[in-house]
Amino acid sequence: MKIMVAVKRVIDYAVKIRVKADKSGVETQNVKMSMNPFCEIALEEALRIKEAGLASEVVAVTMGPKQSIDTLRTGLAMGADRGIHVEATGDLFPLAVAKLFKALVEIEKPGLIILGKQAIDNDCNQTGQMVAGLLGWPQGTFASKVVLDKEKQEVMVDREVDGGLETVCLNLPAVITTDLRLNQPRYATLPNIMKAKSKPVKKYTPEELNVATKSDLEVVEVTEPPKRKAGVLVSSVDELIDKLKNEAHVI
Amino acid sequence: MAIVRALRVPLRLRPRFSSLSSIAGSISTLVIGEHEGGAVKAPTLSAVEAAKYLGEGNSVSVLLAGTGSSLQDAAEHAASCHPSISQVIVADSDHFVHHLAEPWARLVQLVQQREGYSHIVTVSNSFGKNVLPRAAALLDVSPITDVVSISGPNQFVRPIYAGNALSTVRYTGNSPCLLSVRSTSFPEPTVAADFRAEKAPISQDSIRKSRYVKLTSQETERPDLGNAKVVVTGGRALKSAENFKMIEKLAEKLGAAVGATRAAVDAGFVPNDLQVGQTGKIVAPELYLAFGVSGAIQHVAGMRDSKVIVAVNKDSDAPIFKVADYGLVGDLFEVIPELLEKLPEK
Repeated sequence: MKIMVAVKRVIDYAVKIRVKADKSGVETQNVKMSMNPFCEIALEEALRIKEAGLASEVVAVTMGPKQSIDTLRTGLAMGADRGIHVEATGDLFPLAVAKLFKALVEIEKPGLIILGKQAIDNDCNQTGQMVAGLLGWPQGTFASKVVLDKEKQEVMVDREVDGGLETVCLNLPAVITTDLRLNQPRYATLPNIMKAKSKPVKKYTPEELNVATKSDLEVVEVTEPPKRKAGVLVSSVDELIDKLKNEAHVI
Repeated sequence: MAIVRALRVPLRLRPRFSSLSSIAGSISTLVIGEHEGGAVKAPTLSAVEAAKYLGEGNSVSVLLAGTGSSLQDAAEHAASCHPSISQVIVADSDHFVHHLAEPWARLVQLVQQREGYSHIVTVSNSFGKNVLPRAAALLDVSPITDVVSISGPNQFVRPIYAGNALSTVRYTGNSPCLLSVRSTSFPEPTVAADFRAEKAPISQDSIRKSRYVKLTSQETERPDLGNAKVVVTGGRALKSAENFKMIEKLAEKLGAAVGATRAAVDAGFVPNDLQVGQTGKIVAPELYLAFGVSGAIQHVAGMRDSKVIVAVNKDSDAPIFKVADYGLVGDLFEVIPELLEKLPEK
């Protein structure tokens, strides 16, 4: 069985972002970029499934401008067998990404697709669900545990939901999106980084895949959130209780 | 095979709003609703409240799915719980007992194809997040998720980069416009309404590719984290699940919900549904108290809209103090017992 994993290049999670003065977006020039943490977890899970002998190949897929290849190479260094780069400039919203994914699935025919539950840049949490909808495949979102049963062609997924942990059982082929606690991703070792340079990467354009990327969404502006008034330090519990009672009126 | 049953309730024919359309065509909204124990859940009312901002003369229908008498009771409750609701649509089938995304998304698609709403709204809780995008894909439209502000029928504001930036987005596609809203941005009111019940089409091509197995959750008497007025959160500095009980005691004293950081959940002190943060729960209580919480970007994303934030941490350089209204540099193991002693009785 082949597993396809989506990996996205985003601003590193530790970076303090800045909104551009012209409100057109967030500053990305000279800013550290990394693989989206949820995508790292997705790739790690795919690699573990392969290492357990339940999958034959892990294909990492990225979509975006030229520089996205860096993230793909990181994925190959972690252990993906092959890479696919759908090269597209301009904003790619989740619906377009999902349609591109569907086109790739028709070519590659994987038995399982794993994506991060959300990208930490736009925080959409949509793409996995949309891929599943377009393909008519069952979905196991916000996964904190994945157990594949090759014989029954099923996968049991524990999902982190508002009320606790929900367990669902999905027929393969299926789409899974990963939550934080699913696993701890491995680091790419130096020998693997070297090996990654010669792993095959196939490039596509949206035109070649017959997908129109013009969106029904337009970003009007990007702004900073309202700033909170500066706080004060109190020096004792007594002072804290006094302020909460008599100044803030919350107790 | 699914069974569809209409509700036996009197039909009220007088429409709640004028039938003359306003602005660019008439607005009509389908709210994807949730119910439990025979009543509509609070988040659904947030979605109904949010629908008001889409435009004048917006007629709101609430879609409820499930089975049995609790569904019937919930539909009757939906009829009378908010002035904006003019219709309740009921889908009665075993498929919906556990609220799986596959039958739900298909149901939304079928209802939309039959009724042609201009907007479909849900709340961005784990149910809404799971279902809405899948439904959007079936309807071939881009959804706008986690909306915090609505300025008309097709312009919305949503947080990005863990809430460190706000993106104003315009929807330029055809009907329907699908959106999910943050319940903390649209608090629900309580009033009465008119009502008309309709039965929903159930897909005969039953989607059986997924099945529900079980839900593991903790019994608690604490108020729900999502809409509590006071939240007490503990971080990894609590050091153990046993110590975390101090947080619970303080929460009990304040009538508060208990929250936790990712680190505390990862360390096994508390279950995952207490996690507050960018990828956990978003809360906006009147009072948020954070003990032993460093204030990482991802945690702050989940609580920055709290009215009053209090932080207690041994480290005076902890980033949490930048967002706190009142900060106390101190040892939580001393501060919490002192608070328990000195706080006024509720």
